[in-house]
Amino acid sequence: MFEDVFDEDSIEVTSELSAKDVDGWDSLTHIRLILTVEKAFKIKFSTSEIGKLQNVGDLVALIKARAE
Amino acid sequence: MNSIYSELQWLPRAPREFSERLKALEGAAGPVGGELRALALHALDLNQLTKLAKAIGCVSSKAKSNGNSLDPLVPFRLAVLSNSTVDLIVPALVATGVRHGIALEVIQPSYDQVAQEAMTPDSKVNSSKPDAVLLALDYRGLPLKLSLGDSEASSATVRGVIGYLEALRDGIKANSNAVCIFQTFAPPPETLFGSLDRALPGTLRNLIDAINRELAEYVLGSGEVLLDVAGLAETVGLADWHNTQLWNMAKFSFSDEFIPLYADHVARTVAAIRGKSAKVLILDLDNTVWGGVIGDDGLEGIKLAQGDAQGEAHLAVQRLALDLRQRGIILAVSSKNTDEVAREPFVKHPEMLLKLDHIAVFQANWNDKATNIQAIAEELSLGLDAMVFLDDNPVERGLVRNLLPQVAVPELPEDPAYYARTLEAAGYFEAVSFAAEDLKRAGFYQDNAKRASLQKQVGGVDAYLASLEMTITFQPFDATGRARIVQLINKSNQYNLTTRRYTDPEVTQAENDPEVFTLQVRLADIFGDNGMISVVVCRHGEGGVWEIDTWLMSCRVLGRKVEHMVLREILDHARAAGVSKLRGTYRPTDRNELVIDHYAKLGFMKVDEEDSGLTRWELLVEGADPQSAPMKVVSRGFVGAVEKSHA
Repeated sequence: MFEDVFDEDSIEVTSELSAKDVDGWDSLTHIRLILTVEKAFKIKFSTSEIGKLQNVGDLVALIKARAE
Repeated sequence: MNSIYSELQWLPRAPREFSERLKALEGAAGPVGGELRALALHALDLNQLTKLAKAIGCVSSKAKSNGNSLDPLVPFRLAVLSNSTVDLIVPALVATGVRHGIALEVIQPSYDQVAQEAMTPDSKVNSSKPDAVLLALDYRGLPLKLSLGDSEASSATVRGVIGYLEALRDGIKANSNAVCIFQTFAPPPETLFGSLDRALPGTLRNLIDAINRELAEYVLGSGEVLLDVAGLAETVGLADWHNTQLWNMAKFSFSDEFIPLYADHVARTVAAIRGKSAKVLILDLDNTVWGGVIGDDGLEGIKLAQGDAQGEAHLAVQRLALDLRQRGIILAVSSKNTDEVAREPFVKHPEMLLKLDHIAVFQANWNDKATNIQAIAEELSLGLDAMVFLDDNPVERGLVRNLLPQVAVPELPEDPAYYARTLEAAGYFEAVSFAAEDLKRAGFYQDNAKRASLQKQVGGVDAYLASLEMTITFQPFDATGRARIVQLINKSNQYNLTTRRYTDPEVTQAENDPEVFTLQVRLADIFGDNGMISVVVCRHGEGGVWEIDTWLMSCRVLGRKVEHMVLREILDHARAAGVSKLRGTYRPTDRNELVIDHYAKLGFMKVDEEDSGLTRWELLVEGADPQSAPMKVVSRGFVGAVEKSHA
């Protein structure tokens, strides 16, 4: 999904990875990432959940919580 | 079934190697316009469109620096003025433009600078000298003050908005002379009162309705271009169109789900401005124009009847083709068939809407379809990029896409019920204006005149019936009608006097038995052909009596006095056969109470009544003169009878 959204296959995705680490991860690309994740997992996040996300680890935790 | 629209289902899915092919492009040395277009001609999602746009940006700057062109793509500069966030839309526009043969350069000023950009001579938009300016405005940026129940205040609000839009246009015209593409406004799904919002002046829905209507009229009169976003939003559903979360977070005026669809509508509009819309619809025949295979199933076996679900699906394709023809689209046929076999339904099948003289070029042979389509293009002296090819067979579609990539070939779903909708959704024939010269047929004027006279109609039922210009056609049973006759006999429950069911062989027997009088009845009117709507079987009884064994009618023509006309026809034949009396029976079932008084209303005398509710009726042929109804009568195919046709 990161490859799809950022059109870049060299990004090493870790829990600590966040917007400041990736070129082009601005607020609009962030929204595109969230929309892509929502679509892929067929889930919807609330506005406040999206607002609290700090890094990839937070996103993974949120997906896991939804999948349970 | 929104997925037809939101997933662009008329386009093939993106190939697995989409990303690899994009990467290969960035390193390519030769011309790349064709490969870009080939990639864009898939149903791409937002991420894929964004990737493609990036690749386009990369190759076009390279092409500029080394003097290569992006042929066959045509350049177009489009400025986007918006009061919402369009940053994710712009790349989608660039990528989708390529799908429509346009190399789009998008000029995007800062967020929410609509009026400044339009009215300042040296603004970013005006100084870039765009070919067109897209006014992608959202209702939330308009001065819409609710004025509930106050029609004066609400008209003032509407006038204010239209005045603002006109001022934007005047600014753009004065400063850059670009074409303005105005969008209608998609209203929100929420109402204040409920249904009353539509009617009550000054509600949001009422205001937006009025603005859209006035804007559309203004655009039509001004020579600018309209993009009906309100219509698009209604098509996919307002509740799905408006995503409140995305509006709150990032001021997206509609859901990300529809960005590819919206971009396609913008791009097809731009292509239409550049005169790149398709002009010819090439139709396959078997399983596209009718159900089944004419060569195998024959005239009696193909599915093409009103009342048959599959037949109606194919009739809808024919109707769309005819409507397109009416607005100036040329129709052609490409079919793998023997020529005379392929032509037979056009000539002989009573329910075919398409006739041979609607078809400009008829190619039925055993050549491959790419060869045929090329022949059609040559015969019409039109380019292949003006052609749309409709075929149910994925193999033929693949072949044509492969050999003639310029031809538009829509994917079709499994179910023919969605063929017509899919073809329409693809928007190949998008037009930005409509001139009298587009009209190829005087028939159009006649139809309009008919509609106008219908609207004026205020008289009684008879006058209304007369305005329908009905034609009723009587024939004895025959092989062509047999499938529908059997179907009606076995399906009709309500308008059915005896509910006797007969098999195909039994119907064939009645067809051939000189002692049995049969009728199949068709009805057409100004709205179209209703197909076969009534069936009658009379058997010779003793003493010059006809026993009405079966009399049934489709409920969709109730109230048209069809039964009176059928009786008149039966009487004509009875007189000619020397029959003195008709005898009818009403056999009650739990479904046919509708016709309990059928014979009484037609002037028959009741002669018998059983405990079961079964009644028997008689009518003397001599002197019987049932009511007539205003319709043209055609009677044909009866042995020994003179063909007649009278109003």
